[in-house]
Amino acid sequence: MSNERTIAGHNVQVNDEGFMTDINQWNQEVASALAEEEGVEMTDRHWEVVNFIQDQYKKEVALSIRKMGKSGVVDIKEFYSLFPNGPLKKASKISGIPKPQSCI
Amino acid sequence: MANHLHKVLPSGWQITIVDQEKNHYYQPGWLFVPFDIYKPSQTKKKGINFIPKDVRYIQSEIDRIDKDKNEVSLMNDGQVLKYDLLIIGTGTHIVPEEIEGMLGDHWHKDVFDFYTYDGAKNLRQKLKSWKGGKLVVHICEMPIKCPVAPLEFAFLSDSFFKNKHMRDQVEITFVTPMSGAFTKPKATHELGHLLEEKNIRMVTDFAIEKVDAESKKIIDYGGTEVEYDLLVTVPTNMGSDCIERSGFGDELNFVPTNKNTLQTKVKENIFALGDATNIPASKAGSVVHFEAEILTENILRYIKGEALKEEYDGHANCFVETGGGKALLIDFNYTHEPTTGTFPIPHVGPLRLLKESRMNHMGKLAFRWIYWNMMIKGRHIPFISPVMNEEGHDIDPALAKTKHNETAEVE
Repeated sequence: MSNERTIAGHNVQVNDEGFMTDINQWNQEVASALAEEEGVEMTDRHWEVVNFIQDQYKKEVALSIRKMGKSGVVDIKEFYSLFPNGPLKKASKISGIPKPQSCI
Repeated sequence: MANHLHKVLPSGWQITIVDQEKNHYYQPGWLFVPFDIYKPSQTKKKGINFIPKDVRYIQSEIDRIDKDKNEVSLMNDGQVLKYDLLIIGTGTHIVPEEIEGMLGDHWHKDVFDFYTYDGAKNLRQKLKSWKGGKLVVHICEMPIKCPVAPLEFAFLSDSFFKNKHMRDQVEITFVTPMSGAFTKPKATHELGHLLEEKNIRMVTDFAIEKVDAESKKIIDYGGTEVEYDLLVTVPTNMGSDCIERSGFGDELNFVPTNKNTLQTKVKENIFALGDATNIPASKAGSVVHFEAEILTENILRYIKGEALKEEYDGHANCFVETGGGKALLIDFNYTHEPTTGTFPIPHVGPLRLLKESRMNHMGKLAFRWIYWNMMIKGRHIPFISPVMNEEGHDIDPALAKTKHNETAEVE
């Protein structure tokens, strides 16, 4: 289920869809490399969103697009422009957390 | 909780229940009502029928909880109840007004929910005479009370229209904010084929912005549009308004709660269970049943001044209808995703986990009786433990026998 990958010179565990499985292995170099694979160039605004997402993840709060819009960090329009096409999934991947999941 | 606690509380304790609803609903039954498998009346009974005799029962809306004064204010004539210990079980409800354009003249005409008694009942009437077209089954945002119910609705629709010999006149589309109908690897592997088999179209990663009722479209923030003739949606789910008025809910009015002890983070003498909490467990009925057994013990420990047990592991157990008289059974917790195996007796069954079978479907139908006659009365269901039994589950050896609190950050 979990595979090892070398990203930006760091060995990290990822699942079959390329999502990191251990947030402790996350760092900005890894995130920038993952972002590049997703066609995203990281800016200060991107990092602010990533910080918020990681914080929510650590608090075990499930994320949704609307919740991002109410976060005070970013509005929905900007969230889509920062992480085009499936922003929540893309931003989750770059943040080193699992994609949003249901129970099955 | 009252049915558990009234038998075991030390003398001197008096239990009062404040019920915001006159009726108690068997909510899992609402999935079957639109397809005329259950009559609406089979899903409701008077709440007072289930209350032990020595428990005081008040039927009233709740204004607010004052955690500092240990008081609950009711809407009934401003009555105020003092408490030493409070258990919150105020649940979750749909809030269609959270989505622009969802409410209006079209509500319960072309746009329906089935997460309310009226929604399920009105949709049943609609489906009796609906001539077919584009049926869109849709989830607005997570979390929702039963994450698999919309998928079950799509599967049952396929069977329903086949039985009515009009399946070719109905195009079923499942629209989800998630990345797929199944998001966990094992369920995707075992069940991914079901949608294709049943000719159900998928639209994924769809974050709804609004309903355009005039042109009968739902539109997402990215600009994707999905047309419908009949929209069956699960609106935003939120906790009770009384939690918001009390000033301690999260942005969806769920009560911040310790996921292992069920003591709230609001105050030490306030506990919470079921879909009222913010814990990362499923907001399903089985969860509250398992939580109640564990919370009863923790309430007794709290009263004695003992440390609380960090025992609740997120255990949920759900039958999932797949149509055609078959169902799946899933059993999971914070650590373990649903997997194949046998249940409830390890290696024996008779039920199979994560596999379609007629017996699982019979189990789901039998469950209504179990609910009204055992669960709500606080009776233990034989062979089924409040924490998940790893034995009999085909789980990764690496994940087996892990301590709940060590792996808590994973899910």
